[in-house]
Amino acid sequence: MKAPTISFLSGLVFGAGLAVSGMADPARVRAFLDLFGTWDPTLAFVMAGAMVPMAVAWLIQRRMTKPMACEAFDLPGTRVIDGKLVAGAALFGVGWGIAGLCPGPALADIVIVPFEAGIFVLAMLAGMIVHRITTQ
Amino acid sequence: MMLPAFPDAAPVAGLAGGFLIGLAAVIMLLGLGRIAGVSGMLARASGIADTGAPRSVALAFVVGLPLGATLVTLSSSGVEPRFTGSIAQLVIAGLLVGFGTRLGSGCTSGHGVCGLSRLSRRSMVATLTFMTSGFATVGLMHAFGFING
Repeated sequence: MKAPTISFLSGLVFGAGLAVSGMADPARVRAFLDLFGTWDPTLAFVMAGAMVPMAVAWLIQRRMTKPMACEAFDLPGTRVIDGKLVAGAALFGVGWGIAGLCPGPALADIVIVPFEAGIFVLAMLAGMIVHRITTQ
Repeated sequence: MMLPAFPDAAPVAGLAGGFLIGLAAVIMLLGLGRIAGVSGMLARASGIADTGAPRSVALAFVVGLPLGATLVTLSSSGVEPRFTGSIAQLVIAGLLVGFGTRLGSGCTSGHGVCGLSRLSRRSMVATLTFMTSGFATVGLMHAFGFING
């Protein structure tokens, strides 16, 4: 299989998982973050479910010299914990809380709820462009 | 299955869907040697980021994701997404998520799913940070009457 085909498959399964888990539903995600409302712990189950195959995959990855369908692993090597990491994550968390949306679910909803998801995705892309401009 | 203490929780659907998300990340990691991080893939696919996955790979991921979600939702096993809040809230939230994920090098998928399972300390710090600020934000919104219930 060619690289884009594998990536497409990964995206397809990712999106299916978001829909099955209920994480494509912003109201459910925000209910997880709302400790003062009717708390919905589903997101914790989703994280637990995702950890299982990935934990095994990291063990397998260590024994591989290269990925199955390309020449080399290209994984983040940075170990520095700096202000950019923390500030970025903090800002992301604020946006995540306001809308109940992070990048995956926003993309997942773009066909089903094109207007609202579309506005969010466009704003997200604008935010990414602002970051690019201001850090150059 | 229901959790008596949390009537809205969907633990089985959550675990099953989470497993699929993990599987998708496994395909990306073992197949192409990459992190299945949605913010990074989106930045690369749109051309906003110059480094990362080859553009064709990022584009294929970004097209596949909504397709998978749509197929599940249409086959009725998925939940209809409920959007809350105004257009202004969506715009502000989107700007913050876009800027923040670039500055912090990742989101719930890259840092949360992939980084935590790799026991990356960077990703642990990032995940704890965005979880905390997410809880704080929604807590404040609740306190100031932006959320009912």
